[in-house]
Amino acid sequence: MGSNAVQRKMSRATAAVLAAVFTCATTAAQMEITGSWAARNHEFLTGDGLPVDFTGIPLNEEGRIRALSYSESQLAMEERQCQGWPAFYMVEGPFGLKIWSETDPLKGNVISYTIGAWEDRTPITIWMDGRAHPSQYAQHTRAGFTTGVWEGNTLVTYTTHLNAGFLKKTGAASSDEATMRMRFYRHGDILTVLAIIEDPVYLAEPWILSRSFQASATPLSPGGPPCVTTFEGTTGQTAPHYLPEKNPFVDEMTTKYGVPRDAATGKPETLYPEYRKTIAAGAPVK
Amino acid sequence: MRVFRISALVILLFVAAAGQDRAPAGAATTAKASAPVDLTGYWVAYVTEDWRFRMVTPRKGDYQAVPMTEQARKVADAWDPAADEASGNQCKAYGAAAIMRLAARFHITWQDDNTLRIDSDAGMQTRLLHFNSALAGERTWQGYSTAQWQRPGSLKAATTNLRSGYLRKNGVPYSENAAVTEYFDVAPLPGGGQVLLVTTIVDDPQYLQQPFIVSSQFKKEANGSKWDPTPCSAK
Repeated sequence: MGSNAVQRKMSRATAAVLAAVFTCATTAAQMEITGSWAARNHEFLTGDGLPVDFTGIPLNEEGRIRALSYSESQLAMEERQCQGWPAFYMVEGPFGLKIWSETDPLKGNVISYTIGAWEDRTPITIWMDGRAHPSQYAQHTRAGFTTGVWEGNTLVTYTTHLNAGFLKKTGAASSDEATMRMRFYRHGDILTVLAIIEDPVYLAEPWILSRSFQASATPLSPGGPPCVTTFEGTTGQTAPHYLPEKNPFVDEMTTKYGVPRDAATGKPETLYPEYRKTIAAGAPVK
Repeated sequence: MRVFRISALVILLFVAAAGQDRAPAGAATTAKASAPVDLTGYWVAYVTEDWRFRMVTPRKGDYQAVPMTEQARKVADAWDPAADEASGNQCKAYGAAAIMRLAARFHITWQDDNTLRIDSDAGMQTRLLHFNSALAGERTWQGYSTAQWQRPGSLKAATTNLRSGYLRKNGVPYSENAAVTEYFDVAPLPGGGQVLLVTTIVDDPQYLQQPFIVSSQFKKEANGSKWDPTPCSAK
C-alpha cells in the first residue's frame, strides 16, 4: 500500500472520528427528555373544584363574560363532551408525561418528539426538523401544531393552530387564536416545563404557568383511552348556560375560601402581590 | 500525518468545549464574573398557581396537594398564628423552603463577587447564596445556602441549617432538618421582558412523605418603584 493510500485511509478515519465528535458535541448541548415523567401534583390542583374559580388567570372582559356564562351541564351534550382540552392541559392537568422521539434512520437526528395523550388530551408532536408552521387557514386541532428548537440545554417550543377549548375546565374559554410557548428545563431527575399562553381573544396578558415532573422508572402509558361520547339525555336544542349576572356560583370562592370575587373571576390585577392589600387582613382565618 | 495532527487538535478542542457544560471547578474567576445568566434586578411573583394558598392565608386544615406525613398533619392541626406572633415566630412562613412561593417582590443583587443576595419585601428577609462555601452558623429562617452555576444558564442552590418553619402560612410544617434544592432559570417573555422560573424541591422525611416540588414564576420589573417592605405576619 502506498503512502497516498495510507493517507487517504487516515483522512477517512479522521473524518469519521470528527463526525462522531461533532455529533457528540451537538448532543452534549442538549438534554435527554424522552421517557416517563411522573406527575408530582403539589401545585395548581385547586382549579377545578368549584364552578367559578378562575383565580390566577388574567382574563380580559370578554374572557370573564364567556367564563361566567358557562354551565357544566354542557358536558351532557354529546357534541361538546370531547371539545375539552387544548395542548396547555399538559401543564395544568394531573397526569405525568410519556415522551418519545422519532429519529432519522440515516442521520440519527431527532425529527420529532411526541408527548403522549391522556383521555381528554390528544398527543402533542413537537417537530424538530425545522419545518414551518402551516398557513393560518390550515386545520386547527386539539393538539395544535408545535415546532421546537434546542437553546443550549433547553427545549423551546411554539404551538399554534389550536382548536378553541378551555383555559380551565370550569369554563374559562380559549380561542383558536391561542398560542403556547414552552421551555423544558431538565435538572437531574426533575423536568420543569414553563408555559406561556397567549390568547388575544380571552386573555388580557400572557398567562404563565409551570409544572415539574420527576423521572419515573415505572413506564407511563403512551396514551390514555380516547374520549368517547355518549348520549346523556340532553338533545342539544340549546346549550346550557348562564345569562350575565346570573351565575349562581360566582361567590362560592368567597364564602368557602375568603377569595374576593375579583380574584375568583380572574381580574389581571389580582395576580400581583399588591392585591393582597385589598384583601381584609386575617379575614379568611377562622 | 499533518492532517491527522490537525484533526486530533480539533477533537481536543471539541472535547474541551463539551466540558464547558459544567462550571469550571476551582477556576480563578469569581462567580459574578463567570455568571452565565444575569439574575439581578427586581422580580415580582406572578401568582397564576395556587392562588388561594398564596394570596390569602388558607384556613386551618386546608392542606391540599402537600404530601404531609401524619405527624405533619398533627402539627398543622395545632397551628396557632396568635401564639406564633406572641413567641416571636411570626416569620415561620417566610423561611427558605417557602419564601419563593410567597406573593412578594424579590430584589437580587451581588453582595460580593461570590455571594448572591436575595431580598424579599414581604417579610423583609435576606437570603445569601454562597458560591464559595464557608462554615454555616446558627440555624436561621433562611439557613445556609451554597450555589453553583450550571451551564449554559442555570443556578443551583442548596440550603440546609434551617429553623423549622411553614411551607404554607396555615402551619404546614417543615423541620429544621429539611433540605431545599432550587434551580433558577430565566426565559424571555414574548414582546419583551423576562421571566424568572424557580423550581423548589423540599426534602423533609419527618414531615413530607416525598419531596415537595413546586415551580414559581416571576416577572422582571424595571425598577424598585413597587418595592413594599412589610414585616412578617403569622396571620
